[in-house]
Amino acid sequence: MSEAPAKRSDSVPTADLTAVPRTHYGRWLGALAVVAFLCWLAYSLAHAAIDWGVVRHYLTMGVLLKGLLLTLVLTVVGMVLGVALGVVVAMMRLSRNPVTSGVGWLYVWVFRGTPVYLQLLAWFNIGLLFPYIWLPGLGGARTVDLVTPFVAAAIGLGLNQGAYTSEVVRAGILSIDEGQTEAAQALGMSRLRTMRKIVLPQAMRVILPPIGNETIGMLKTTSLASAIGVSEILSEAQHIYFVNNRIMELLIVCAIWYLAAVSVLSVVQYYLERHFAKGSSSRSLPDTPLQRLRKVINQKKAVS
Amino acid sequence: MCATTSIERALVRAESVHKSYGDLEVLRGVDLEVHRGEVVCLLGPSGSGKSTFLRCINHLEQVNSGRVWVGDEVIGYRQQGNQLHELNERAIARQRRRIGMVFQKFNLFPHMTALDNVMDAPVGVKRVPRGEARERAMSLLTRVGLADKADAYPRQLSGGQQQRIAIARALAMEPDLMLFDEPTSALDPELVGEVLDVMKDLARSGLTMIVVTHEIAFAREVADRVAFMDGGEVLEIGPPSEVLVTPRHPRTRSFLARVL
Repeated sequence: MSEAPAKRSDSVPTADLTAVPRTHYGRWLGALAVVAFLCWLAYSLAHAAIDWGVVRHYLTMGVLLKGLLLTLVLTVVGMVLGVALGVVVAMMRLSRNPVTSGVGWLYVWVFRGTPVYLQLLAWFNIGLLFPYIWLPGLGGARTVDLVTPFVAAAIGLGLNQGAYTSEVVRAGILSIDEGQTEAAQALGMSRLRTMRKIVLPQAMRVILPPIGNETIGMLKTTSLASAIGVSEILSEAQHIYFVNNRIMELLIVCAIWYLAAVSVLSVVQYYLERHFAKGSSSRSLPDTPLQRLRKVINQKKAVS
Repeated sequence: MCATTSIERALVRAESVHKSYGDLEVLRGVDLEVHRGEVVCLLGPSGSGKSTFLRCINHLEQVNSGRVWVGDEVIGYRQQGNQLHELNERAIARQRRRIGMVFQKFNLFPHMTALDNVMDAPVGVKRVPRGEARERAMSLLTRVGLADKADAYPRQLSGGQQQRIAIARALAMEPDLMLFDEPTSALDPELVGEVLDVMKDLARSGLTMIVVTHEIAFAREVADRVAFMDGGEVLEIGPPSEVLVTPRHPRTRSFLARVL
């Protein structure tokens, strides 16, 4: 049989033998099938009724760019609010005070347990409950004047995000060895400094990947704000295609901008994670793609 | 230092320290005095309460009753009538600044370089100017033989090197007292010596040290007195030449017979 293991044969000296890896026919077949599918997809898209000229035209249109800007601003505001709240609520839930940790738990239960869409609608209509808002020291105002669609969206997205982020932060803090806190305490550090300088910077390694994930999620969730009249990119696109009926073209324009923004965020995440990876391994960090590129260019220069 | 009385009060005075976790009584009235400049080693089988007692000295553990004095302060509590009220965190943090501690598992801050580990608390807690703190940290790193590792992160160092940095970190606060909680137990055998050498150097320089250890040879060579603990009590205390050579208590004898 050809499959039988090699019998003892001394006809060839060992030094002359070479080891040949197994051929993976299945992999070749699989790759071929995938390439064929991609060709078919590309062909179909090329012949689909998409007017790429229209896509190009709307891609840099002022109204859509303004919408994009609003999307980005809402993402940043929502995430800043969410992360700040998340850190506070995580601390509350880790507190030994049963009232504080209970309230933290309740917050997460409510805001993680209901749809963001519902929460956005509720914040938008908050004036129905409280027609007039009075802030001590600042005076009062009518709620409809104060809680504009943008404010309602920022509050809604931020509070919802805070509930998720608090769980991420809590996991990060719990992942740090008790000995770190003890060492900081033994040096006479306050609880706040221990958290800020010792625990959180280390917890960042655990916290950052999911936060990056959620920032990307937030970027896309902002599109729900169109439901309460925030003119972010998707709602602007809708306004246009209701008139000219170029639905797919405008959706493609939006998709391109979302993908571009997500790509930028991924790069930011890469560098942030790298920053907090300091001291996390016994070896030094691998080069970034940019550093690698620069090395290659320098080598080429050195050769020529 | 001016001694007002002819016999100076002990720097550390533990009086009848009791501690239990639920029903488990870990310390059943520990009494111990350690004088300034003295090195005391705590020996005893695991579970005898020696580490717990050490952690009561800087209030990493709360006591159920009894007092620990360091200098003229009761650690962790304020006496009012016949009750001891636990101090607030700031007051406890202030007390801890005078007491250095070295842990079994080093507990260096992995996200900081060796130098930052040593100078972080002096700068952030004691408000020492950065330049001064750096200079002092470098001289401490030199003292533990690791000046060339100032920019290394803990994970890039061996266990012995990490523990020497941890010692430097504790010394940077200029403590009156140093506590060592089994400082060599987590080390590979060939790295134990370098840490013990640093500790011997500190002992010679007149630092007050309380050392929980299993290194009998170290205790014999360095300790002024050795205390043997078992079952949450100090059963025997005295110079190593007595406790380690002619132990009086049968449990000390059987312990030494097992470890020597």
